[in-house]
Amino acid sequence: MIEFRKEFFANERDDNLNEIGKPTRRQDILGHVTGRSPYFDDHLFEGLLHIRCVRSPHHHARIRRIDISAAEKMPGVVRVLLGKDVPLNLNTLLSLLDFGLDDEPVLSETKVAYKGEPVAAIIAESEAQARAAVKMVKVEWEVLPHVLDVEDALKPGAPVVCDVYPTNRFIYHGKFDHQKLRYGDVEEAFNRADHIVEGRYQMSPIEQAPMETCGAIAAPEVNDRFVCFTSTQGLFFSLGTAAKLLTMPSSRLHFVGGTVGGGFGGKVDSMHEPLAILGAMLTGRPCKYAWDREEEMQVGAPRGAERWYIKDGITRDGRIIARKFTGYFDSGAYTRLSSYAIIKGVGHLPGPYTIPNVYADVFCVYTNRTPATAMRGFGITGVDFAIEAHMDKVAETVGMNPIDLRILNSYRDGDMKAHRRLAKNCALVECCQVVAEKGGVALSAESRSATSLTGGGGERARLPARTATDQAGAVSGFKGGNYARKGGGASGPQPVAMPVAAPAPAYANSPQRPAAPAYQPAATAPPAASPPTPPADTARHGALRFSSLSGFRRR
Amino acid sequence: MRVESYNTLAEAARAMGPDAVFMAGGTLVMRDVNAGTSAGRVVRSADPALTEIRATGDGFSLGSGVTMARVLAHRDLAFLAPVARAVGGPQVRNMATIGGNIFAHHPYGDFAVALLALGARVVLAGQGGAKPLDDLLRERGRSGGTSPIVASIEVPRPRDPRAFGFVKVSRIKPKGVSVMSIAVNLPRDGGRMRGARVAFGAMGPAPLRASAVERVLEGQSLDAATIARAAQLASDGLDPPTDALASAWYRREVAGTHLRRLLEKMERG
Amino acid sequence: MAKKPVTFMLNGSERAAFAEEGLNLLEFLRRAVGDLSPKYGCGQGTCGACTVIIDGETHLSCLTMAEAVQGRKVETASGLANGKVHPLQEAFMEHFAAQCGYCTPGMLMSAKVLLDHNPSPSRAEVIEAISGNLCRCTGYEPIIDAILATANTRRLA
Repeated sequence: MIEFRKEFFANERDDNLNEIGKPTRRQDILGHVTGRSPYFDDHLFEGLLHIRCVRSPHHHARIRRIDISAAEKMPGVVRVLLGKDVPLNLNTLLSLLDFGLDDEPVLSETKVAYKGEPVAAIIAESEAQARAAVKMVKVEWEVLPHVLDVEDALKPGAPVVCDVYPTNRFIYHGKFDHQKLRYGDVEEAFNRADHIVEGRYQMSPIEQAPMETCGAIAAPEVNDRFVCFTSTQGLFFSLGTAAKLLTMPSSRLHFVGGTVGGGFGGKVDSMHEPLAILGAMLTGRPCKYAWDREEEMQVGAPRGAERWYIKDGITRDGRIIARKFTGYFDSGAYTRLSSYAIIKGVGHLPGPYTIPNVYADVFCVYTNRTPATAMRGFGITGVDFAIEAHMDKVAETVGMNPIDLRILNSYRDGDMKAHRRLAKNCALVECCQVVAEKGGVALSAESRSATSLTGGGGERARLPARTATDQAGAVSGFKGGNYARKGGGASGPQPVAMPVAAPAPAYANSPQRPAAPAYQPAATAPPAASPPTPPADTARHGALRFSSLSGFRRR
Repeated sequence: MRVESYNTLAEAARAMGPDAVFMAGGTLVMRDVNAGTSAGRVVRSADPALTEIRATGDGFSLGSGVTMARVLAHRDLAFLAPVARAVGGPQVRNMATIGGNIFAHHPYGDFAVALLALGARVVLAGQGGAKPLDDLLRERGRSGGTSPIVASIEVPRPRDPRAFGFVKVSRIKPKGVSVMSIAVNLPRDGGRMRGARVAFGAMGPAPLRASAVERVLEGQSLDAATIARAAQLASDGLDPPTDALASAWYRREVAGTHLRRLLEKMERG
Repeated sequence: MAKKPVTFMLNGSERAAFAEEGLNLLEFLRRAVGDLSPKYGCGQGTCGACTVIIDGETHLSCLTMAEAVQGRKVETASGLANGKVHPLQEAFMEHFAAQCGYCTPGMLMSAKVLLDHNPSPSRAEVIEAISGNLCRCTGYEPIIDAILATANTRRLA
């Protein structure tokens, strides 16, 4: 039941709007209730062919040989696809946004890094025939040791999951093997804190489980174009990905989508469109590639698992003066969107609390699990669970009511946040007050009289006088800017060597002027020892468009 | 894959073989057909005997094709209604048959657990006489050979409806699959339990009797001390599986608690 | 693969089409007959998106062999509106009882059979009646409200 508490921030809001705050009908509801909304699979084609993939039964294995001769002779089989049939058989989703190295094949040719990874695709007259032929493909595997735990994957000698990232870590901004947040000096603050509270938090992968499984149907159209009906959540994202992998201009692709049977983040990975279109290109007939429920659960990318270590320094009266995070995102075998989840997550740290010293090292780790991707608030939900569980632990340590503790430490309007933006439109204090009221929790007099509008700014708007920085985890051989070239050509520079740099002196001083944040995004610094960069305006196109992702936003 | 339909059960029984599976309501067999993992031949029959419900001297003879929904709708089968209601959602209950349930692997097969506790006997198509369900369930686990077709099931009516208890433990309500199910039949003679039968579902490769519990109950009155002893031995001799719902360890740990709660509820009447 | 002719009533009209051996009713309705309103969600009988009404009772079309509907009456969500939208459809629109819409056709079938058998269901009975239909947008509350509202409107009418 929704309850509007309009007494809060009444002067900041106009309640006489035509649509907002008033019930309305969905524009697509008539189609939904009459069963006529056209989902991707609700388009009938004469002579539709069905694609099903041959998948790895192993977590990690080298492919010695794939024998498709028996499968090709099976009834109804029109064509068997292998990695060599894919025009550009290596991609990373965010290459469209100039972020990350191409790391994942459409159909693997040399090795598989997770259970269920596709190595061949059968195109047959019926789904049953495709299923039968899948069983006839013989793959000779050389099983490799696998790693399923993020911290195990970072130990020396751990199996290398993805050759593109030989230390099982994604490379951020071409400079570091993790994403850093440095704000003030946590070690100095820990020394003067009255209490130190530490915690370890972990969550499992979560499957989005949309009612409609992921899929696409592609068919030859007139004028040498292909039409593609898809369940994608990101139509132009999938269009760009298909154009890249099939090395064709996107003008030859006619994508139709938007009516999606639930996605929740699980339908952005663009796994189906390229293969369906490739099938249509090579057979000249309409092709459908869709997961059944078992595939959706086994190989559909979930919200990735996260593990967090949090260490807080607290004063006797419950003020948190320092918070240090070490985070491990389980990306699974390939990057997909986990690299981005971390950028988003680190921007969110230390949670909605004003803490003058914050530190985070967050690793995007490759393991032999199903690749992870987007899901409702990904990058935020897992660490929020950790933060709020930790807040309760802190409250217990200092002997405070957990809601009082939250109100005491909440952002107020005008406070400087750890990612160097001023907080505005804060409402956590008021949320806490309503929660306490609903839950019958007695708050302190200070908490009852607190508001988000008061107590912020001033001293609290200043950046820390000193921020301790370091070079731990620095890498060389990666470029800072465009990781992947656009236009479907060869991917960007490959890592030549990646020795972890000798630990630089910790907490080197980097004095900053309090008024204007002088934080320099890593990527804008000249990259060390990297090949010449292509002309900036073409190469940087994607990065600028998606500037908020990599922290390059300028005002 | 071939689909063969026969007018009579006798013909269907003759058509069975190691490469064939008999399909009743389809809720189990069609899953395999859809996934391309079913037997090479699917045998069906429209024999009206499959859906007959007859009262016999001490109970009922139920055609194996009787659905859960029909059990629910039948006034005289009220003692089985809570069991039928625990199976699937409404659509599944309209399709799933009591005969098919005998062949369901965990986390399905709750109805068979109740039949086992009630001491039901099965009549196999093309074979004379009835045999204990216990025997069929024991044979079910063995691979190879020709699977029989159950023609009908003879279910004794509990003399006192309060002597029969059933619980299905699931994580989702109202429709969730079994962490385990427990069925208990405790006929009493002058306050003492005689011929106690206790069966567990999802605690082994097929529904199983908990013999240790039955021995503890036999000849006793259902009091707190007896219940405590029974709960302690609940998972004795069972072989719980580990699946997506629960580990074998967890099932073993909680079996006693769920049995105790069920027995206490029955004790209260 | 052998094909069998299947003749049946679909939403009040006689239909005939060929079914491949072992084909399920869901694929048969969608591909051979052209009624796209039942949806594929799992092919295992766990989600209810493919729910249709056969001879007045809800069935899972993905677990029904197409040839089994020979001579029987099948109803689907696409036949619910008869000239004008059905009161259940109106209530679903009014109460925001669909988000992605994928579970809606199956939900409507379960709701219709419930109200056909029980014109004044309790909230608990509505929950039981749709317990075989998953909604992954988790919009159950508005769906329950819409079904109860339909029953109320009918009682008043």
